[in-house]
Amino acid sequence: MSFEWPWQYNFPPFFTLQPNVDTRQKQLAAWCSLALSYCRHHKLYTLDIMEVQESPVFNHKNIDRKLSTEAILIVFEELRKKGNLEWLDKNKTQCLVMWRRPEEWGKLIYQWVSRSAMVNSCNTFPPEFHGLEEWMLIRSLQALQTDGKAEVITMDDGKGVKFF
Amino acid sequence: MDRFTWSNGLLEMNETLVIQQRGVKLYDGEDKECCIAIPLSQIIYFEEQAAGIGKSAKIVVHLHASPANKEPGPYQQSKFSYFKLSFKEHGQIEFFRRLTEELSQKRWESTPMSQPIPTATNSQTGRTRAVGIVGIERKIEERRKETEKNISEAFEDLSKLMVKAKEMVELSRSIANKIKDKQGDITEDETIRFKSYLLSMGIANPVTRETHGSGTHYHLQLAKQLGDILLAPLEERGGMMALTEVYCLVNRARGMELLSPEDLVNACKMFESLKQPLRSVCVCVIEESAELFLFDFLLLEAVTDKGSLTAEEFAKLLGLSVLLSKERLLLAEKMGHLCRDDSVEGLRFYPNLFNSQA
Repeated sequence: MSFEWPWQYNFPPFFTLQPNVDTRQKQLAAWCSLALSYCRHHKLYTLDIMEVQESPVFNHKNIDRKLSTEAILIVFEELRKKGNLEWLDKNKTQCLVMWRRPEEWGKLIYQWVSRSAMVNSCNTFPPEFHGLEEWMLIRSLQALQTDGKAEVITMDDGKGVKFF
Repeated sequence: MDRFTWSNGLLEMNETLVIQQRGVKLYDGEDKECCIAIPLSQIIYFEEQAAGIGKSAKIVVHLHASPANKEPGPYQQSKFSYFKLSFKEHGQIEFFRRLTEELSQKRWESTPMSQPIPTATNSQTGRTRAVGIVGIERKIEERRKETEKNISEAFEDLSKLMVKAKEMVELSRSIANKIKDKQGDITEDETIRFKSYLLSMGIANPVTRETHGSGTHYHLQLAKQLGDILLAPLEERGGMMALTEVYCLVNRARGMELLSPEDLVNACKMFESLKQPLRSVCVCVIEESAELFLFDFLLLEAVTDKGSLTAEEFAKLLGLSVLLSKERLLLAEKMGHLCRDDSVEGLRFYPNLFNSQA
């Protein structure tokens, strides 16, 4: 399935950071939504700023418009505030994108665990967990732990998890 | 003038000569008559009468009623309670001054032969130039009288207002009673009077509640007027003003025939229906937030029509200066009606689809 671009993507002003505060709020909200859905679609978890500038999301060659680095950073800051992004370095060159927040993952995992426990069959990861990188998994489990629904256990040969 | 007593012209024991003036003619009221004596204590007050053509200067002396124990004088009765001194050979100024002095000092009160009649405590003085303490006292007195006059004049207006208010209260009471008792109909006349009272107080007419939407011819005219008045202040304030601020501004500008809040709101609502922009810029009211917004109809029409505009394009379109055109674009952006596209191709303005599209 090809990615569906939102109407803003073809609207040139979308690529200019709007000075009007109210307009900017709406613009940023649209950008956050676009960035996350693009990452979800392409199963991207890590982003590099330099690379991302040239990606079709922020660089719309057809209308000859691209989002400035400054604006990209502002969008990412919004994502960070919403809990969808985490910087990997102080210089803000690389980041983790959580198009599904750890809490949301944790919930999914817990649901799956409960289901499979009841069914009591050989469990394979359902398609939604495909590509789930380990760091994301761990964070999700940590979220569950905070919630009191799981516990991460360190064993001799690695980590394990207990569900309640 | 029956207050006089016969005298031999010589000073009594407790009397001292204050001043003597020749050629002073004595009038009994208006009657021209000759001289006799009168104690100063009998004088309530006196005033100057300026000289005229063929008339000499006079001092008019007003007196208390005749005491019961008054000695006989040239006249037993007179219809006047004042007499005039006519100064044929001048000297009235000095005479006046000395008389004033004597009346303020009241030396007769400290002597054993003082009259039992109470003398005027507040001898009123005339209005002439005077030196010394007496002059100052006189001025103070004048000022006091002036103030009193002003206050009583002011209260005159207030009392007129009170009379009007009383009328209104009575009328409203009678109407209220009639409504209560359902007794007879309120007359046409009363209704009209009542409505006019309410209108003059700026209260909307409760009897005929006009729908807000339709508005009246008056409100339409008002809207046009307001559009002109409000243009500059609105632009100054970045195109937005709270209605309360508009209300104060408009009424301050009007000075009289102030607008009621209701009239203002109704007039503002008319703006939306004034499709024809006033001087190319129009105002409209956003009801929820009770604010007046500047709405550049012409500009928005142009931008929507062309899809997007630069300042130069807009200027050319309307025959404006580029500077003014840019200002209007920026103002519309500030108002959230436009958004910008800044690229190497230049600065363009689009309709703000972020707001209008979901």
